[in-house]
Amino acid sequence: MSTIQMPIPDPAVVERKTELLRSLAKILPSDSVIFEEHEVRAYECDALTAYRCPPMAVVLPRTTEECSAVMKICSTLNISVVPRGAGTSLAGGSLPTADSIVLGTARLNDVLEIDYDNRFIRVQTGVTNLSVTARVEENGFFYAPDPSSQLACAIAGNIAMNSGGAHCLKYGVTTNNLLGVTMVMADGDVVEIGGVAMDAPGLDLLGLICGSEGQLGIVTEATLRILPQPEGARPVLIGFDSAEVAGECVANIIRSGVLPVAIEYMDRPCIRVVENFVKAGYPLCEALLIVEVEGSEAEIDLQLEKIIGLARALNPVELRVSTSAEESALIWKGRKSAFGAMGQINDYMCLDGTVPVSELPYTLKRISDLSKEHGLEVANVFHAGDGNMHPLILFDANKPGDLEKAEVFGFDILRTCVDVGGCLTGEHGVGIEKRDLMTYQFNADDLEIQMQVKDVFDPSWLLNPTKVFPLDMSAERRRRTV
Amino acid sequence: MNAFAAPADESAISEAVRDASAQNIRLRLVAGGTRSTIGKPLKDVRSLDLAANAGITRYEPGALTIEARAGTPIREIEAALAAENQMLPFEPVDHRALLGGTGEPTVGGVVACNISGPRRFLSGACRDFLLGVRLVDGRGRILKNGGRVMKNVTGLDLTKLSCGAYGTLGIVTEVSLKVLPRSERSVTLQFAGVDVPQAARLFARTITTPFEVSGASWMNGIANLRVEGLGMQVDYRLSKLRALFPDYASSVLEGDAHHSLWAAVRDVHVFAGGADSVWRVSVKPTDAPKLVAELKTRLSARAMLDQGGAVVWLAVPSDSPDQAVIVRGAIPGGQGYATLVRGNDALRLSVPAFQPQHPRLEQISEGLRRQFDPQQILNPGLMAA
Repeated sequence: MSTIQMPIPDPAVVERKTELLRSLAKILPSDSVIFEEHEVRAYECDALTAYRCPPMAVVLPRTTEECSAVMKICSTLNISVVPRGAGTSLAGGSLPTADSIVLGTARLNDVLEIDYDNRFIRVQTGVTNLSVTARVEENGFFYAPDPSSQLACAIAGNIAMNSGGAHCLKYGVTTNNLLGVTMVMADGDVVEIGGVAMDAPGLDLLGLICGSEGQLGIVTEATLRILPQPEGARPVLIGFDSAEVAGECVANIIRSGVLPVAIEYMDRPCIRVVENFVKAGYPLCEALLIVEVEGSEAEIDLQLEKIIGLARALNPVELRVSTSAEESALIWKGRKSAFGAMGQINDYMCLDGTVPVSELPYTLKRISDLSKEHGLEVANVFHAGDGNMHPLILFDANKPGDLEKAEVFGFDILRTCVDVGGCLTGEHGVGIEKRDLMTYQFNADDLEIQMQVKDVFDPSWLLNPTKVFPLDMSAERRRRTV
Repeated sequence: MNAFAAPADESAISEAVRDASAQNIRLRLVAGGTRSTIGKPLKDVRSLDLAANAGITRYEPGALTIEARAGTPIREIEAALAAENQMLPFEPVDHRALLGGTGEPTVGGVVACNISGPRRFLSGACRDFLLGVRLVDGRGRILKNGGRVMKNVTGLDLTKLSCGAYGTLGIVTEVSLKVLPRSERSVTLQFAGVDVPQAARLFARTITTPFEVSGASWMNGIANLRVEGLGMQVDYRLSKLRALFPDYASSVLEGDAHHSLWAAVRDVHVFAGGADSVWRVSVKPTDAPKLVAELKTRLSARAMLDQGGAVVWLAVPSDSPDQAVIVRGAIPGGQGYATLVRGNDALRLSVPAFQPQHPRLEQISEGLRRQFDPQQILNPGLMAA
């Protein structure tokens, strides 16, 4: 049995399925509604595969108008809606409930406008993260947020979870690169928030929408900032024989005034697996940093010289600058394949807590102690520059009790992140996974005001209602849907 | 305006708000008071002085974060950062020159009003560097949101929501900000004899290069680009940028002349003093010339461009309420917003300082204010249409 509490479906809502399908058939083409039992199974989980539940139906609208029509029906019938991008959430953000429908953005995949002089692109939100860059790179531009899942993940999900990635140390996360959205409200109304001009007056609703896990509205179109590509980029590998010294190196680099675009961290268990998988040429050491800088050749040399000087002072066991574009690509391929490579050899649970950079060494030490206490191995691969940790807890899904053990271990790590001044999740979202821990980071008033904000956007709690907030805490509000 | 209280810390602020709420007293929030003439003039309010809740609580240069109580003077924060060669990347405007205030601008005021300056188009706004806040809402509840780490999606982002809310959701009592290293070297590349359309083309051309131009302003026929980086990197970037415009004569400003130029751009010195109404318009940068030309014709408006043309400052020699419709109507395609930053009381009473939004968005905003401040006692109506 999982340690995470699960909602109980409302049989009265499930009974309205026929009526729901009849209404949907009137507004959507038949290929946009999925309701056969064997077909909805494809949507029973996201990347948090330990938890599954088929929805009543899945709708795949092609336009904002279709999306609005769906929301009007669901709001009339009081049926809750679970928004879904590409289904890559590691936190169960798009896990359905048996009395809900899934609204997927997969067919919202048009690019609507590209404006290089004003540096923006407007897209439907079902497009993948990487395809945004692909559309503008020939003209020398890119879209900065780069989550590891960027080949598959949709902009809709990036906005819902305020996704980051390796390069956000310099370029920021989704919220810093989002200029405007078209959003369908819970009652089907369509609103435009923000736009191509910066800093709309009034309350920062755009900032509120970003990272709201599909609980405030369904974002169907987005205006994104695109940036000119740097002239070049080059990573350096710096290996240390202890996590503490690697952590010190990170702080020294950041403090020095050189701002790398990325500082990534990998520990020995992770390096070993990634090397077997990708052959990225990583040295096998206790703590490996991948530090990348950008600019012209001369600018890169200048910055690397500073960074190497700082690293040398701490006696690294390995210090190697990439010598070619191929080598750089391979170094990044290794980093971005880390989760996949671990998945090849083991079941794992990927956490996402963030800690102040100064607390990295302590937190790594504490994770290693907890690993011994719980009797489960852990591998670390994360964005060190901004303290966003990704401990991978290794377990055996086929061994009874192992998943539960991993969850308990994971909760201990996340509590540690909060204890040292950090947070439960940096870029994956709360979803269902960290729902029960929210009371550890926030007190009752802090959570009440967040739920009050949802009340304003979605008074009947139809949008992704069982996520983010502890179920007991949201129960009364969720009953409004009945 | 008569004083209600001057609480010393967060718990005293919470108590003061509970008192005000019990007696149904409406509060004007004030610390340095340097932005108190932005927005709708408030009626029947008593002042809640927040300046005493001050002091830097934690500064970790190696983590690029600083935390301070809201009443802390910006000057104090900038001095602490400068000692470590760091800075507030959003370069907050000091409104004293423009609005004639004499108080001390505070970090709470900057956050509450989401104040950003010339670097905003490259680095981001105040809201982009705000990692967390503590608030006292209109019920007197002490609330926290966000934290002190750069990546955080734990729950709804009420941190951004409270940034730019002008205190109408809650009183910001403590903030946590991300900071950045200062560049080793910073210079201005200046082009003289440039008109607004030429400046707009020059900006579009330069800010789409990889040379990280961190300032792009125009006033009185001169376009300025701020170029920064490591020492030698600046020379390289200057030569690359100059090569883009072989037909323009250019010169380089360094040192004091460079720094005072960007302080003047940031604080809009060009419109300091005088009685003109002053507007700050956010537009699509390539639309700036059309806007400026139309408002020059219709309102005899003078203009300064900042942030590569994404921000147009306008001085309108009139206090007639008609100007609001004209300024807002001149924004091409309605793709932008005009904020009345300086206007006399009569003007600010008759036209909305903040551009009204779509009715549904206004309704949402009103709903949010009711949740945080059901009696509407915090800066009531300041942002109203």
